[in-house]
Amino acid sequence: MIRQNSKVLLEVRGLTATVNGIEILKGVDLTVRSGEVHALMGPNGSGKSTFAKALAGHPAYVVTGGTVLYEGKNLLDLKPEERARAGVFLGFQYPVEIPGVANSQFLRLAYNTVQAQRGRDELDPLEFDDYVREKMKLLEMSPDFLDRSVNEGFSGGEKKRNEILQMALLEPRLAILDETDSGLDIDALRVVAGGINHLATSDNAIVLVTHYQRLLNYIVPDYVHVIDSGRIVKTGGKELAHELETRGYDWVGAESRATAKADA
Amino acid sequence: MNSPRAVDTGYLEDLLAGQPQLPASPLARLNTLRAKAVDRVGVLTVPTIRDEDWRFTDLSPLTRLSFQPARTPVRADPAEFERFHIAEAANRLVFVDGVHSPELSSVDGDCGLVVANLPAAGAAHAAAIERHLARHVEFDDNVFAALNTAFLHDGALVVVPREVAAAAPVHLLFVATQKGAASYPRCLLVAEAGSAVTVIEDYVALQQETYFTNAVTEIVLADSADVHHIRVQRDSGQAFHIANCAVSLAHASRYRSVSVTLGARISRYDLNVVQTAEGAECAIDGLALIGERQLADTHTCIDHAKAHGTSRQLHKCIAGGAAHAVFNGKIVVHPGAQRTDSSQSSRNLLLTGKARVDTKPQLEIFADDVKCAHGATVGQLDGDAVFYLTSRGLSDAAARNLLTYAFGAEIIDRIPVASLKHWLERAVLEQTNRQP
Repeated sequence: MIRQNSKVLLEVRGLTATVNGIEILKGVDLTVRSGEVHALMGPNGSGKSTFAKALAGHPAYVVTGGTVLYEGKNLLDLKPEERARAGVFLGFQYPVEIPGVANSQFLRLAYNTVQAQRGRDELDPLEFDDYVREKMKLLEMSPDFLDRSVNEGFSGGEKKRNEILQMALLEPRLAILDETDSGLDIDALRVVAGGINHLATSDNAIVLVTHYQRLLNYIVPDYVHVIDSGRIVKTGGKELAHELETRGYDWVGAESRATAKADA
Repeated sequence: MNSPRAVDTGYLEDLLAGQPQLPASPLARLNTLRAKAVDRVGVLTVPTIRDEDWRFTDLSPLTRLSFQPARTPVRADPAEFERFHIAEAANRLVFVDGVHSPELSSVDGDCGLVVANLPAAGAAHAAAIERHLARHVEFDDNVFAALNTAFLHDGALVVVPREVAAAAPVHLLFVATQKGAASYPRCLLVAEAGSAVTVIEDYVALQQETYFTNAVTEIVLADSADVHHIRVQRDSGQAFHIANCAVSLAHASRYRSVSVTLGARISRYDLNVVQTAEGAECAIDGLALIGERQLADTHTCIDHAKAHGTSRQLHKCIAGGAAHAVFNGKIVVHPGAQRTDSSQSSRNLLLTGKARVDTKPQLEIFADDVKCAHGATVGQLDGDAVFYLTSRGLSDAAARNLLTYAFGAEIIDRIPVASLKHWLERAVLEQTNRQP
């Protein structure tokens, strides 16, 4: 929800980043205030996922220029775990399978680490079990997923539910959800979107990184940004997503190149 | 690499000189074996890295030191040993520096199960001893087996009578207590037809000292017997541990083993399994978790001598610090061992740039209708997995520890004794926490 006086959570200016020495982000500007839902859309290879991973601090995504302020502090100075503890959450497009680590163990470890950072009480395994089962109801997840290894053998939809379960447990201020809709059938999409809507408050913000408009039928964005060739080339309201759905991405890229030419 | 170093032949003489005047055993076989073994030690030499089977394991740090059998039994406080007790085990046989301790042992003899020190069991079980002792681990060409046999006196004898399924595990506990001591643990396990048992062979130390353990274990499974063999080597980090184990499988018998190597400066474990009749089955799993300058060498050989046998093997090494793990896994399928189904996997994790793993699967197949799969991997922790965990707030170190632990836990999970499993899980977590 857009409110005039809400606090700026994230301020990205001129962000450039490389992967394997290739420049992917070529100057991204984005401002996110608390309470807002942003959709970051764009064709394949436009830099959407790179932007998400660079914000979370993936070591393979090297920031080469620009600034990122999170709650007024330089986010780029923080290690990935410090960003997580400060309230930045990345929902993975491809959640990693970790054989040999029980999901319950992983979830409790993550939860307690972040709780300790916030000066709150940690939960023992029994207390945590009760707590996590409540959160799982929100995502219509079977408690069986607690005993299995993290993401191992989970279907695409189950992995994404597990991501949003982590978001529910860690209560981030800024959640960046990278293609959370990919690999979901329509029922799973409804459940996952319902979970995300439930977690959205006036104190936090959500950036949905997505290729398709269909997720936005369930989670209505305040802003839609189109990223192309490593830059945000157009920003609009939710109606922009519908326009992209009908017209594709090409016209936005063409329009921005025309503008750039006219400016030059 | 160090150049091969000729081993002073006096070394073996020195070791033998420590041989106490062992009382003549009422069992003629023991006396004969000892005499033969002393002769063989006189002929054999300590292997060097020029020997193909020892090319990665340089024993010169061992041969530079002098070890003697513990002369005076330590009067240790029984309370000190309690931490090694395994709650589930109904029978516990304890050896201190190689010498049987009746005070620390506890045997209930339920359902005819024999768990006894060799000399004490001699008269009643002469037939089993005569038939099996030193018949499976041969010492003609194996200097360490010969040395062990030259000192043959105390040892664990476990006999599971026909059709008896032992409800609780048997714990064979070998405790090292003295600096500079050499001990020669010996085990003989005979599982008669249709019997079942879980045996835990456990090597521990009261403190971090330099000592030498040279063990021999023989395991015999009669038709349809089922044996779970858990072997834990948690010796002192300064110790030397050399062990030979031979397993003989009769018709439709099933042998499952999990060997965990955590301790010792240099350790070597040779496990030879022979399927002597059709339809035998074995599953052999191993985990070596080592750091600093430890070297852990595991050589296994599965001999498919008869048809319709199956074997499964998963061996994992986790090497940190400047540690060196070695695995050599040989599988032999003899002519006529048709319909053999065998798979072997060696998976290795290097935690540092200085750690090293040498792994060598070795298949020798002389039959044409068989299924044999093998594979080996050596790698580091998956960077994406580390990032996933750190993106959830775990520190880089905690993430790496958790992933390392998980890598090892796959093997530890196969141990059917809950309290030992939990002890090992904690030990692995502690050890991974210590890795730089």
